[in-house]
Amino acid sequence: MATATAHHENSNYLNHEKGLWSWLTTLDHKRIGLLYFITVALFFLVGGIFALLIRTELYSVGETIMTAEQYARVMTYHGAVMVFLVIIPGIPAFLGNFFLPIQIGAKDVAFPRLNLLSWYCLLLGAGIALTSLFFGGADTGWTFYTPYSIKHSPAVICMALGVFVAGFSSILTGLNFVVTTHKLRAPGMTMNRIPLFVWALYSTAIIQVLATPVLGITVLLLAAENIFGIGFFDPALGGDPVLFQHFFWFYSHPAVYIMILPAFGVISELITTFARKTIFGYTAIAYSSLAIAAVSFFVWGHHMFVSGQSEFAGIVFSFLTMLVGVPTAIKLFNWMATLYKGSINLSAPMLYALGFMFLFTIGGVTGIFLATIATDVHFHDTYFVVAHFHYVMVGGTLMSIMGGIFYWFPKMFGRLCNDAWARVSFVFIFVGFNVTFFPQFVLGSLGMPRRYFDYLPEFQHLNRISTIGSYLIGIGFIVGLITIIHGLLKGEKSGPNPWGGKTLEWTTASPPPHENFLTTPVVTAGPYEYR
Amino acid sequence: MSTVKSSSTGHHHAHHYESADHEYQSSKQGVWLFLCTEILMFGGLFVGYAIFHHLFPETFKVGSKFTDVRYGATNTVVLLASSLSMALGIYYNQIRDKNKAVMALLFTLLCGVIFMVIKYLEYSHKIHLGLMPGDWYRGNAEELAQYVGGLEIPKNLPLYFSFYFMMTGLHGIHVLVGMGLITWVTIRTARGEFGPEYYTPVEGVGLFWHLVDLVWIYLFPLLYLVS
Repeated sequence: MATATAHHENSNYLNHEKGLWSWLTTLDHKRIGLLYFITVALFFLVGGIFALLIRTELYSVGETIMTAEQYARVMTYHGAVMVFLVIIPGIPAFLGNFFLPIQIGAKDVAFPRLNLLSWYCLLLGAGIALTSLFFGGADTGWTFYTPYSIKHSPAVICMALGVFVAGFSSILTGLNFVVTTHKLRAPGMTMNRIPLFVWALYSTAIIQVLATPVLGITVLLLAAENIFGIGFFDPALGGDPVLFQHFFWFYSHPAVYIMILPAFGVISELITTFARKTIFGYTAIAYSSLAIAAVSFFVWGHHMFVSGQSEFAGIVFSFLTMLVGVPTAIKLFNWMATLYKGSINLSAPMLYALGFMFLFTIGGVTGIFLATIATDVHFHDTYFVVAHFHYVMVGGTLMSIMGGIFYWFPKMFGRLCNDAWARVSFVFIFVGFNVTFFPQFVLGSLGMPRRYFDYLPEFQHLNRISTIGSYLIGIGFIVGLITIIHGLLKGEKSGPNPWGGKTLEWTTASPPPHENFLTTPVVTAGPYEYR
Repeated sequence: MSTVKSSSTGHHHAHHYESADHEYQSSKQGVWLFLCTEILMFGGLFVGYAIFHHLFPETFKVGSKFTDVRYGATNTVVLLASSLSMALGIYYNQIRDKNKAVMALLFTLLCGVIFMVIKYLEYSHKIHLGLMPGDWYRGNAEELAQYVGGLEIPKNLPLYFSFYFMMTGLHGIHVLVGMGLITWVTIRTARGEFGPEYYTPVEGVGLFWHLVDLVWIYLFPLLYLVS
């Protein structure tokens, strides 16, 4: 009897079942989250190598390590892998899958089988997309703009079908999160008590469910255009290439918020835990996520200011785009107000959160420059745009993924990462990031266009700085990876709550047991009751 | 995933739900959300249709003359009947009338078969005339003009058939998937797995089938009746 009890106490989701097969067929949301972690990390490595190749080619004027054709392909795969296989599944399917059910006191997500299926959809989609390499590779950029992408190219067909299948992964995750949030909250966990990470994931899930099908039909039509020449996007039959851009951005602009909203959620958790203070403006932060999700569906035209859409449409889209700044600023100001008079602990996760706030603000404000039609005409298709969206996606989303990993690492694995090394990784990534992308704002405003493998000689100086910065980022992620692996193997044992967090995941064991809680928690207070 | 046997109903529900009803309500919400994604996916095609019909009304008018309203109308009636029998299939499962439920579901399946056979006849006819989407179009303008009573054949007529085949093709795939799902719930019904306490799969498949019907209700006027 005593041994049975002891076994029970040590039983957690990692040793609940054993063997590779138990992982590949698992229905436990925590294990599926880790499967996503491994997958996304591998794709990030691939996309990161492409990024370094791009920067290395751009180190000097002229052809250095690759031809223009090769460059176009490397750039396409960098974009497609990073967007569809890293940043979109990154936070929701990995950290979200792991922590959304625990944070609301549920035993699992609503549909565990669909959850596992979503992971296989991602793998299958990635597999189909990467077979395009056997057809010489796609060189259209990740946006597949017509008419260039409808030249009966088998590589584009593979990419399109791969994205279509991977889209199911996103839809199933989103669908699961909406139903889980509505139906599986623990007793007492009202909608006004769910953690802000859950609010952010819920808002994201709505976008995933409503926007992804439109991408689905768009890439299906793109494939049909390549196979049958259906003519929707082909002027020869009266079709319209700009219609493709409308369809594509109707998904892909909301998708930008699929990438950033979960990051906001992570930051809300980090700021309040490491300032040891009740979050300022819980309701405002929660509803601003929903507001961003809603507005995101009405701004797609700002990608097309110079495409020939009507001037009136341009003005409306410009105005609506600036509206996004309001809920975003609400979040930033509330986080700052939370920091005010907080007992701030500058552990690695908090450093990442503060780095996020700095970089995301630059990314957000330059977004307003681009939303202004007059300035956008100058900046359009220059490195200014490249710098802007990297500040948001890398400076925003990747910083928050790293912060989230170091924050929840003790909960996921029951061990602590070496905080000093985690901070070193932050310094390299943060400094390297600014060295890489800040010069690109300058290059863009000087008129250096995107997507080319070469540039005018006068741009070489700033491009060299940018390339050196990208190597610093690479070092930072390697240090981060080593810190994580070291933590997994040799890390000190952590208790259930090493950071003094107040949300439900910190009330259960580290690592959590198979069904998350030994007894279903009953919630009697809000998520961040510090003082 | 283990299941928990509820003492009150005798039905098994998944371990992370409190009760069978809790699971049922959650599943139903999931199905409805999935239907939203379906509507948005078809929405892309409907938006494209609206734009190009506005730009080239003549193309759509002439194109629709090559469809046979009798076939389209028959298929509409067939699908409406199948929606009724599907609803009855759910109802008979709810009151555990196994034989009637199986009959209703088999009738629904039969309607699906009739629909696909008629679709096959229509497709063969169009392929015979060379009326294929986009690049695969092989129509001869003079022959076709006779067919529609001497109307001028618009140059971008293939665009109409791109829409015709994309829309009915995607819909046809949904009918086939629906038939597969109906077969699955029919077998489970015949095994006596459903009753008043548990009929979630039948209801979910039913909702899907109604959506497939509903899409056709829009496709019929847009593709057959616009002339």
